[in-house]
Amino acid sequence: MKNRWVLFVPLAIMGLLFGAFIYRLMTPPDTLIQSQWIDKPMPLFDLPPATAGVAGLKSSQLADGRPRLVNVFASWCIPCRAEAPQLEALKAAGVPIDGIAIRDRPEDVAMFLREYGNPFDRIGADMQSSVQIALGSSGVPETFLIDGKGIIREQIQGVILADQVPEIVAKLEAMK
Amino acid sequence: MSGLPNSIRFPAKAGIQSVVTLALVLAAPLAIPATAQDRLPPAPYAYQQLKDPAQEARAKALMEELRCLVCQGQSIADSDAPLAGDMRHEVRSKIAAGESPAEIKTWLVARYGNWVSYDPPFDGATALLWLGPLLFLALGGWLAFGRFRRGANDDEGGEA
Repeated sequence: MKNRWVLFVPLAIMGLLFGAFIYRLMTPPDTLIQSQWIDKPMPLFDLPPATAGVAGLKSSQLADGRPRLVNVFASWCIPCRAEAPQLEALKAAGVPIDGIAIRDRPEDVAMFLREYGNPFDRIGADMQSSVQIALGSSGVPETFLIDGKGIIREQIQGVILADQVPEIVAKLEAMK
Repeated sequence: MSGLPNSIRFPAKAGIQSVVTLALVLAAPLAIPATAQDRLPPAPYAYQQLKDPAQEARAKALMEELRCLVCQGQSIADSDAPLAGDMRHEVRSKIAAGESPAEIKTWLVARYGNWVSYDPPFDGATALLWLGPLLFLALGGWLAFGRFRRGANDDEGGEA
């Protein structure tokens, strides 16, 4: 046998595979599905008010020249509660925010706004997630940055964190 | 599916805030029970078939090819997640309105990318997947050919 090291090749391959499996178990891949509907106009929709006292949301209202946020949320979404202070901070910084409430009941939305504040100019009720799907959104909360012409410029998945607030204000300012 | 609906996202970045979020999440069931999931009934076409059997068959075939966004690894036909139900409603409504399955698939891929389909097209990302077996077959053939030829040359006492 001149080349007995060859015999170790299968063991080495198995070791490499084993290492790859362990690595993936330790660092699972990112499972967020990002929207591909970016730099595209807002899909057409006309959503009824999600609760009494706050106007509903029409896609045509999102192209009034002022860059804004559209926040996809739900009263039953617990992380959305943690996001409320950041939305308040954005509103205080002069950012117009509209909401889309996913699969929500009017009384639940009212309770959510009472408890966590209402930073929204308008809230549309998306009872069957149809606008959410048309946006390429796959969960709550999600926030879309819309420029003054109604074009979607960016999608933020998950809760907006406090340190992201100034960055978002600056991005919207740059779209003016 | 775990205890919490996984269509709900937690912050990607770690920090004080995610600790606060976690505390909120853990405390929430004590304060307000049964708010972890929406309380709306499923969309009309989530669990109801189309009247026309031919249309339903087309819708069903497409739903089995579409991937659920929240319970990744299941098709929307197999999943009981609310968003999967809403996607079934979307597919059946569009089929009933006369759209073809190919049009609906194109519409969804424009929003979620090829990820949403279990039958992605042949492109840069999937080329290795499709051509891999052919490559390995060619490699095996080449190795076998080399070995046979060396076997024939062994008579001359030459070994590589």
